Amino acid sequence: MPFILVIILLSLCTGYAQADDNYRKVQIAEPYIELHTGPGRGYPVFYVIDRGEWIEIHKRRTDWFKIVAGNGTTGWTHQAELELTLNPEGKQTRFEQINQDQFIRRKTEVGVLGGDMDGAQTMTLYGAYRFTHNLSTELSFMQAVGNYSNNLISNFNLLNQPFPDWRISPFFALGMGNIKTTPRATLVQAKDRSDLLAHVGLGAYGYISSRFALRAEYNRYVVFSSDDDNEDIKEWKLGLVTFF
Amino acid sequence: METRTGHVFLGLALLIISTLMLGTARAETGTPEQVIKPSLKREPIKPARIDTENFELGAYVGMLSIEDFGTGSVTGARLAYHFSEDFFAEASYGQTTAGKSSIEKDLIGSAQYLTDAEREYSYYNLSFGFNVLPGEAFIGSGRAFHTALYLVAGTGSTEFAGDDRHTLNLGFGYRFIFNDWLAGHLDARDHIFDIDLTGNKTSHNLEVSTGLTLFF
Repeated sequence: MPFILVIILLSLCTGYAQADDNYRKVQIAEPYIELHTGPGRGYPVFYVIDRGEWIEIHKRRTDWFKIVAGNGTTGWTHQAELELTLNPEGKQTRFEQINQDQFIRRKTEVGVLGGDMDGAQTMTLYGAYRFTHNLSTELSFMQAVGNYSNNLISNFNLLNQPFPDWRISPFFALGMGNIKTTPRATLVQAKDRSDLLAHVGLGAYGYISSRFALRAEYNRYVVFSSDDDNEDIKEWKLGLVTFF
Repeated sequence: METRTGHVFLGLALLIISTLMLGTARAETGTPEQVIKPSLKREPIKPARIDTENFELGAYVGMLSIEDFGTGSVTGARLAYHFSEDFFAEASYGQTTAGKSSIEKDLIGSAQYLTDAEREYSYYNLSFGFNVLPGEAFIGSGRAFHTALYLVAGTGSTEFAGDDRHTLNLGFGYRFIFNDWLAGHLDARDHIFDIDLTGNKTSHNLEVSTGLTLFF
């Protein structure tokens, strides 16, 4: 077994070594670009590379790129400066800018929300797939911790965004799922319960910047409980969404 | 004599016409109309992919002081995503085992508050981080490492004493980046939740930990 591990590690190492030669090369088109000692605006500039020189881009960390100059000097430069260089075809180097267009065209989306469900604090994690700009489907998991019980709600939602191009874009949701209720351990003689539930919701996305959007929503749930009465629950939540 | 000069002129004229015709014939074959067309379609240069390293995944070990129930060793895992040079989001999960409360220890023969299973303490949280003091640390004169002091705050849930409790966490940490892919962490967190076990109160549970993360 250790032998196999060594072989796997070695093959990984050779793979890494082969990849070494395949860095993206660009040519400086401005009088010079500055190299910082680290990937941040505060790290000092310690080197400049002149116009006409070719550089290699080795790594990217957020908006900063690790650059190796022709003579081997290694440093970090910001995306804005790197976009003033030329690629081997002689065209300006471009990196994908994440903006609202990408948000409108997003295919998948992941979000985390916190809120309140009839006095219980909730935490929600969801993933969504968008069929069209207007219609998407979601799977969400929510934990609601109240004074008397702990609830785990899994939901399947359909979501309609009538105006996906708006910066603040409203949506309507319909969903069905399951609620699992575990009463507090301090309560005597209470049993776990699992019930079907359905909900309607109203909310909005607000695009912030980069890969961020805010999402706020209000939901009304109906729990089809095994008792005679159906429960009616109100919930609001607010959270952050990232997309791909 | 006349016929001779006539012949010469005729010959010259023939020569000129034939060379002209040849010339035009050559010019025709020299036109770009080619029988075999070499396919010179230029392949677009595919730029090499740039290795982005915005994710951080790792594990940590430390001590978690559970209010009223002693201090246990904690092990956990964390995943972080760096949105920008300033901000990151972090998800973490950790677990420990609570000890005995002082009442349980002092009063001989008294009933225990918790069963062994209820002493299992685990938490998950989702937090936001801010690199408040990024910088460099120097070891000797020839080595510099990127570091950052960061603040974190977030929300999550703690399972303890048989129940889940909504939990806020606040803290700070120090990130020491060894090389392109490895970082070390020192972290201090306060996990805050309401508990009704020993009277209704807000419990503060302090955690210090150290860990390693990989950038990918």
